[in-house]
Amino acid sequence: MPNHPSPPGSLSRRALLTGTAAAAGIGLAGCGSATDAFSGQTTVKQWNLLAGSDGAIMTDMHRQFMDETGIELKATTFAWGTPFYTKLVMGASGGNAADVATIHLSRLESLSPDTLLEAIELDELVAAGLDPQDFPTAIWERCFVDDRLYAVPIDTHALVNYYNRTVCEQAGVLNADGTLLETHGVEEYFDLLRAVKDVTGEYGTSLDTNAGWRQFWAWYRQQDGEWTFHEDGFELDDDKALTAIDVMWRMAEEGLCPRISDGGATAANFENGLGGLVQVGNWEITRFRAFNEAQGLDFSMCEMPDFFGNRRTQGDCHTYVLPRHNTWSEEGRAATIEYVSWMLRHSFQWGAGAGHTPAYLPVTESAEYQELEPNAEYAGVVDNVQFDPQVWFSGSAARLADEVAQVLAGVYAGNTRPEDALEAVKQRAQTLVELPNPID
Amino acid sequence: MTTDTEAPAAAPTAEQPPPTAARAPKRRSWLGLWFVLPFTAVYAVFMLWPMLLGLYYSFTDKSLTGRPVSWIGLDNWAEAFGDEKAWDSLWNTAWFTLLSTPPLVVLGLAFALLAHRARKLGWFLRLSFFAPFVIPVSVVTMVWVWMYQPAGGLFNHYLGEWGLGADHLWVFQEDSMASVVITTVWWTLGFNFLLYLAALQTIPAEVYEAADIDGANSLQKLWGITLPLLGRTTALVIVLQLIASLRIFDQYYLMAGGGMNLSPENVFIQYMYNSGFTGLRVGYASALSYILFFFILLVALVQFRLMSRKED
Repeated sequence: MPNHPSPPGSLSRRALLTGTAAAAGIGLAGCGSATDAFSGQTTVKQWNLLAGSDGAIMTDMHRQFMDETGIELKATTFAWGTPFYTKLVMGASGGNAADVATIHLSRLESLSPDTLLEAIELDELVAAGLDPQDFPTAIWERCFVDDRLYAVPIDTHALVNYYNRTVCEQAGVLNADGTLLETHGVEEYFDLLRAVKDVTGEYGTSLDTNAGWRQFWAWYRQQDGEWTFHEDGFELDDDKALTAIDVMWRMAEEGLCPRISDGGATAANFENGLGGLVQVGNWEITRFRAFNEAQGLDFSMCEMPDFFGNRRTQGDCHTYVLPRHNTWSEEGRAATIEYVSWMLRHSFQWGAGAGHTPAYLPVTESAEYQELEPNAEYAGVVDNVQFDPQVWFSGSAARLADEVAQVLAGVYAGNTRPEDALEAVKQRAQTLVELPNPID
Repeated sequence: MTTDTEAPAAAPTAEQPPPTAARAPKRRSWLGLWFVLPFTAVYAVFMLWPMLLGLYYSFTDKSLTGRPVSWIGLDNWAEAFGDEKAWDSLWNTAWFTLLSTPPLVVLGLAFALLAHRARKLGWFLRLSFFAPFVIPVSVVTMVWVWMYQPAGGLFNHYLGEWGLGADHLWVFQEDSMASVVITTVWWTLGFNFLLYLAALQTIPAEVYEAADIDGANSLQKLWGITLPLLGRTTALVIVLQLIASLRIFDQYYLMAGGGMNLSPENVFIQYMYNSGFTGLRVGYASALSYILFFFILLVALVQFRLMSRKED
């Protein structure tokens, strides 16, 4: 059957289809800006790695931010660690990542700020109501790379020592006011763990044996151990490192902590009372509070126990950075800085809810915050926090921490002797040092 | 059956082609190309172009940070061939393939035979054997990691009750490979099962009838009829399975690597991922991925030669 020619004057079906498709294409391409233009609203895209229980607190704050300022915020949470950083780096190298993202301060240099991040002008911050004087100097200085500001600190977070009051009271390791007895030295602390183990029948402390890096770095730094990296090697104090690793070996050997326990099992063991204490990040507070509401868990937190003469602990800072943009709209940039400023000025909630210590001094110096419990009990972590070594493959969830943790998991498991573990740690660090540096 | 009707009728026209002038001028139609275009475009943009780009990157120091790229010739390749950890991880991938392929093929066949024979429970068996295959990898690994947990996990719970020690470290350290293999077999068996089941249904019943008349027992029928007639399917299943196993990454990364459960060993794609995405060295990771590509190509070619010789 022959095709009928289309009637003159009217639109042919093909032309109509082509036209519609083209129109739809133009419509779609303009979609984002068009909706903004119609509603008169600016949108800020935020990426974060707060997959833990502190993420819920941030989501609450975001809701308040949107209500108060009328700025539309689209936050996306990625799996913590490598998946997040991979996504961030790839997004930023394409120039189409989020407007603002949360990173660990220790990762700033490994993210190649020069090519992947946008420098932040001090004037912009001042215009949005922030003052550079309002941040702890030590942290503020780490936010600069090559004299340009790339990050705005949100908080300090660290490993702290949670204790189950019910269990610890039975074990007789509480002071009259219900706080944990202060111990000095490894042996005193082991005695405390033994007393707690007798009550729980399982563990003294429910350590995360997969996060060995954090514990190693805390106990190594308590002995003033340094780990510096240079062009073709590194300086690690073998004796001090071995002492720190030996603590892990003995603790697991005696059953004072689990042989194997990942993040989930660690928190669960503490909640179920299988362990009376746990050294884990302050961010787990939200989770334990939720458990307290659901099933009852009388707990509090204090600083990392003193093993080697002080209470230093491993930690880091969450910071805001602006990933590289192909283009910025003026309103978009202003709204982004406004968001950063709002979140910092309201970070009391971040401290109260998520257990982090806000970096914004007007918040931490307020009387209201000073009285906040249990934050006041571990307020000292801010001075005792120890950042990871400074080298491009180091920092939270970076390769050095990952590789060392893999070796140390073997120590907790009882498979790797401390001497062999130290050799393996050094070998792996050397391999990392020898890699060509992809950043400068 | 349908073929014998056509041949005689077609023969005369083939010998006497009509004069060319009588035939309508052949219209070359490019219409077909438009139908292929969407696929071709996607294929070119997301497959061919990245492959070429990857090959180019493997000769450069391309970094994810976006700093300027410089040509470094064969440095990446030389580093890869001398990289002990890369070879270790390639061996782990091969070891995973050796461990996982035989059970996946043999059990796939065994379960297909079972489901094919079953009269009343056939639908139930088909569903049970295939169901795990449709579960996403993240769910599969999460469930299995829970079952492997040292404290309170299903396996250790029963091992403990039977007095075999409840503290076995299933997904950690050196035990992780066997655990991942077991999970993989459970998870992906359904695909081979389905291929075998489909093939079993194409074997004509007459062949078995003839064998029955000749007095063959069921073992003889299996050995003399079923297995030989499944030969081509077996070849296909083995090729697909080898390629799938050599590409092991997802479940290993989720169960035994990636910061949650730690094994000191990597599989090859994981090592590539670490070099390229975690370590930012896209150039080096590209060279590694081409090495895996050649390795898989080699395995496929060797197998192709073996299979085609057998058919001659």
